Amino acid sequence: MIQKTKVSRSMFDHNFAVRTNQGKTWHVIFLLVTIIAIISLTLLIFNIVDSVFGYVVINTRVDPATLMVDGVALEDQTKEQMVTTLQKNLSRGAFNKLNNEKDFTNRTRDEVLALVEERILKYEVLESWSLADSLLNKDAILTEYNTLITENPRAELKFISWLRWTRLVRPQSSEVATAGIRTAILGSLWTILITIVFAFPVGVGAAIYLEEYARDNWVNRVIQTNINNLAGVPSIIYGILGLAIFVRALEPLTSGSLFGLVDPTTANGRTILSAGLTLGLLVLPLIIINSQEAIRAVPQSLRNAGYGLGATKWQVTWAHVLPNALPGVLTGLILAVSRAIGETAPLVVVGASTAISFDPTSVFSKFTTLPIQIYQWTARPQPEWQHLASAAILVLLVLLLGLNAVAIVLRNKLSRKY
Amino acid sequence: MLKNEIQQLPMDNFQRQSKTLKKRKRWSESLIQGLLFLAGLFSIFTTAGIIFTLGKEALLFFQKPEVNLFEFLTGTAWQPHINRFGILPLATSTLLTTTIAMLIAIPLGLIVAVFLSEYATRRVRNFLKPILEVLAGIPTIVYGYFALTFITPLLRDIIGKDVVNIYNTGSAGLVMGILILPPIASISEDALAAVPRSLREAGYGLGATKFEVVFKIVLPAALSGISAAIILGISRAIGETMIVAVAAGAGPNFTLNPFKGAETMTGHIVRISGGDLSYDSIDYDSIFAIGLVLFLVTLTLNIVSQWIVKRFREVYE
Repeated sequence: MIQKTKVSRSMFDHNFAVRTNQGKTWHVIFLLVTIIAIISLTLLIFNIVDSVFGYVVINTRVDPATLMVDGVALEDQTKEQMVTTLQKNLSRGAFNKLNNEKDFTNRTRDEVLALVEERILKYEVLESWSLADSLLNKDAILTEYNTLITENPRAELKFISWLRWTRLVRPQSSEVATAGIRTAILGSLWTILITIVFAFPVGVGAAIYLEEYARDNWVNRVIQTNINNLAGVPSIIYGILGLAIFVRALEPLTSGSLFGLVDPTTANGRTILSAGLTLGLLVLPLIIINSQEAIRAVPQSLRNAGYGLGATKWQVTWAHVLPNALPGVLTGLILAVSRAIGETAPLVVVGASTAISFDPTSVFSKFTTLPIQIYQWTARPQPEWQHLASAAILVLLVLLLGLNAVAIVLRNKLSRKY
Repeated sequence: MLKNEIQQLPMDNFQRQSKTLKKRKRWSESLIQGLLFLAGLFSIFTTAGIIFTLGKEALLFFQKPEVNLFEFLTGTAWQPHINRFGILPLATSTLLTTTIAMLIAIPLGLIVAVFLSEYATRRVRNFLKPILEVLAGIPTIVYGYFALTFITPLLRDIIGKDVVNIYNTGSAGLVMGILILPPIASISEDALAAVPRSLREAGYGLGATKFEVVFKIVLPAALSGISAAIILGISRAIGETMIVAVAAGAGPNFTLNPFKGAETMTGHIVRISGGDLSYDSIDYDSIFAIGLVLFLVTLTLNIVSQWIVKRFREVYE
């Protein structure tokens, strides 16, 4: 006979409280850790913004007042007045050298202004503070400024934003006061353009093949497995591949000397074309996988309807499958582009230029990109370059945020429900 | 089937017409299919290209009289100017940064995944998921900047300026942990979400607390997906470049001290190729040898993670 025991509350009581408390404690831990993760993101953003604004002590070698022409301050002068100033203050040789690099009649007013600031005024950042310091330790800053001003009577204490419009439109320079990111932004855009032109058709083509045409045999399984593996290869390996294939083996093609477009003696393969193709290989698996998902989501009934009307396979794919998969495909493309825009390591390996101040003119130009510029500025030991790096980071993040916003809007606007 | 029936129809007239219903050979269709197949093959070319170039140049490197494979794998000094090529200093610092990163990313990533999947209300989830996605989309150079200008000064203030160098593997590893956290959290969360509700309900039916259901039922059931996420995270950390290039220091250093600077494998490749590298130098060949090691390690990890998912996946129906 089965012994019946009366189930009583007391049988559970001895550990019920412990178990409940255990659960509650862990709930709190989960919450705390998640909050920590959010805080780390906030800190990251804060750290950048903190560095973009703040007090600086700026010194000039020449008193700006002496550069006034007819009582007009430097910033409001015409280009001709500034050229005269340059001519007056620079040695004849230096002036001619500048003229030979690029004729003064071809330079814009902004470029000439930058030259005056760089060669004559010679802005010099004596000391810089972060935003937090500027707001909280104003007294300490003033004390330090007062000691600095005894040695540098023209030193000026200013609250500035390191990110200004002039930073965006001015080319890279070796002077922190005039350096801008125009060259880097243009370089990024050119590179991305090549990446898209190469990777988008190939990637979507591969996705169409795998989803619509491929039978389940070993060749196609190998291709699929291979794509998944490629997605996990570190980006720097792609850089090494690009260095060996595009920069070195295909040098006549990527340097442009094959087409006679550049001087063959100075040409090398470290060009925008090589960089773009390298990034193209890097994002190819990403584009393929995203496009595959989008194509897979198109219902079979749509295809069957097309076949029923006598359409060929390609007609069905082109006219029915692709238009319906387009939002997903484009979202994948944008994600790939935002990955490519932020990539640094492969481009360093492929051979980004350290200092170029001229806009790229063709795909065979030497290149630098926004992340490369950030890397180079961050790596410099002087703190003022790091302020500049943070300004460039802010531009990069805004660019990426914009791209992601476009991707989300696309996904919501164009996606259809079946 | 339909076609056969049509052909079986005895009508003479119809049979003549049915000839035109046959599938015609269309050259354009075959051409397009061929082109698409080529696009598919491109990924194979890429892999072949990686293996071929890495293998070829690495072979050249090992054929040099200054280098031998045994010393490469066991040597404790990497000093190209005196012809010492031992990968251990580079490998240990990669190991060090990866370990620190995983010490941060595994517990935090898993806890965030569990919180999102099991505890968070829908509103909290909709708020947190985008934040994780934003974190995952930030370029690694920005994390590098963060490590150098925020975490390093913080470590130096807390632990002491004479202990912590300006460039150190510790801050690089910490920030790398933050970088790896979102992917680990998001893949693990997918694995947790795939565990069927009935398992949880069964647990509650037996009187288990939420904590017990999560730790004794849901987590074990999702273990294959979670292990895959962790291995992928390790692979990401080993291949991560810009954070260590910016924050971990230049120059190989055979040390396990996280407060000292030491160059990792990826950091070394970036520094060496950053200058104007001449093609036939031993430095040029050496980056391919290091690249080959890096490629083999990460590829193995990726394959293992795919195998785990396939082999140990619990299928519920």
